[in-house]
Amino acid sequence: MARLKDFLQNWPMYLLLIPGIVFALIFSYAPMVGIIIAFENFNPIQGLFGSSYIGWQNFQVFFEGQQWIQVTFNTLFLNTLFIVAGTVMGIFLAIFFTEIGKHWIIRVVQSVVILPNFISWPIVAMIALVFLQSPNGVVDQTMTQLHMTPIQFYSQPGVWPVTLMIMNTWKTAGFGAIIYMAAIMGFDRQLYEAARIDGASRMQSIFQITLPMLRPMIAILLLLSVGNMFRGNTDMIYSLVGNNSLLYPTTNVIDTYVFRNVLDGVNFGITGAVGLMQSVMGFVLVVTMNWIARKLNPEYALF
Amino acid sequence: MHTVKRRRDVGKMAGLGVAVAIGAVALYPVWLLVANSFAGEGSLMRYGYLLIPHHWSLLAYVSIFDTGTVPEAYLVTVFFTVVGTLLSLIITALTAYPLSTRQMKNRNLIAFFFYFTMLFSGGLVPTYILITEYLHLSNSIWVYIFPSLLNVWNMFVMMNYFRSIPSELYEAARCEGASELRILVRIVLPLSLPALATIGLFYAVGYWGEWQQAALYITNENLWSLQFLILNLIQNISIAEQIAQAGFSNVTSAVAIAPSETVRLATAVVTMGPIVILFPFLQRFFVSGLTVGAIKG
Repeated sequence: MARLKDFLQNWPMYLLLIPGIVFALIFSYAPMVGIIIAFENFNPIQGLFGSSYIGWQNFQVFFEGQQWIQVTFNTLFLNTLFIVAGTVMGIFLAIFFTEIGKHWIIRVVQSVVILPNFISWPIVAMIALVFLQSPNGVVDQTMTQLHMTPIQFYSQPGVWPVTLMIMNTWKTAGFGAIIYMAAIMGFDRQLYEAARIDGASRMQSIFQITLPMLRPMIAILLLLSVGNMFRGNTDMIYSLVGNNSLLYPTTNVIDTYVFRNVLDGVNFGITGAVGLMQSVMGFVLVVTMNWIARKLNPEYALF
Repeated sequence: MHTVKRRRDVGKMAGLGVAVAIGAVALYPVWLLVANSFAGEGSLMRYGYLLIPHHWSLLAYVSIFDTGTVPEAYLVTVFFTVVGTLLSLIITALTAYPLSTRQMKNRNLIAFFFYFTMLFSGGLVPTYILITEYLHLSNSIWVYIFPSLLNVWNMFVMMNYFRSIPSELYEAARCEGASELRILVRIVLPLSLPALATIGLFYAVGYWGEWQQAALYITNENLWSLQFLILNLIQNISIAEQIAQAGFSNVTSAVAIAPSETVRLATAVVTMGPIVILFPFLQRFFVSGLTVGAIKG
């Protein structure tokens, strides 16, 4: 009753909400209904609501196959690499920039390291080609000059986890540093002054003041990114790898597996089941991590 | 005292040296792309990708603007980026404003309605079926815009920004009977320019980088987005060769090789262009706009 009264009183407010609510209903909630495809022997002619119900069979087929271990492992492994490298580099840049202090060079470099974040993955893929292609890529030529055996990047899956990690760090670390910098600038300057008067070196003040004070924030940001571990980055990986199946063993993640299946129009039932599994696992992980975050510090929990 | 100061100066110089090195690492890949897009095709073939090419040539750029492929993709991309960003900002502000005021009793319930879409999604397969079978958006330019109109994270950032505006500023207008839409447009939005600029930039970068929609829903080559064209140039050199040949045949030149490699680089450069040019102007906004809702959505 109270809700209804609120509705009558504030109807102009609800009017403003209509476009957003309609959008969410169509593009977020309607696909949730479509999850039933995971339990169907989907047939495009019979459609979503006409295909026959087959229970858990799609999940069974996926888990009996070889691919699920590969794509699940790759998703978790690559995300771990990205999170660790991105966090370390982000913190390093933030501390470095704030330690050196104000200088126009620092301001310019700060802008320059943020720039790659705004360059799209397809363009990064073009740049990757300049570096990695054989025989006239930059890496290949340099290795030849140094009398080393060049790496055939586009046919060697083994080198890609580290390659992807480097590219991801190059693209995102500068932007990631902003948030740590904002925190460091908020720290009490008097602490550093006092430490300096007591004879602390720069390194000591970094390790004894800055890092310990950043720790809660690092912990929270890590928890939140761990919450997203099951989500893969199709934008990055499909741009860089495309349909080069030689590289799938180390680069195919759940998202690209689903994406490629949809592009090829194959196995909608099984692919839908994989997508549902990923959504459920992701949901459980996010909620768990957020629960832990709230235990650590209610301020930082997302909800 | 003097030596301490000198030691600190030396330390600062070393620090600045490292900073320049970091900047160089960040910029070097982008520079290689830009510089070699202006290289002569022959020089590129013979010497590889150089920091400063031996021979300069505009032939790649002449070629891509001589044939329709790149300009068409450019028009398509500019259209959905401009229209999409405007529509997204409107729908984001309309949603964020009611949730930012304390008037509505149900606002937490509605906020959760939006928040839940960030936690759980139906996944790609149901979305694909929805868009192709029910909304019939395949091969429509609107497929770039509609599915990404409202980003819930951006909406919460804007909501937080609206909350930081003192409510006294619009309570008076409300007492005088101004409509909510009028308060939003006349009072709240003009006070929220940093947030609008930041979120507008995020939306624009998102739309500009769009290629998955093209891959999934567009088969008509005239509706390809720039980024999807680039992915196709990477995967299929023959498209670049066609562009290079067409442009090449219009130019009487002593150069003997059609610029198919440089055409690919030049397309990437013109695709990157607008963001790199806009970036220095917008970044002063987004550093301040970003920190508002940085951790807590």
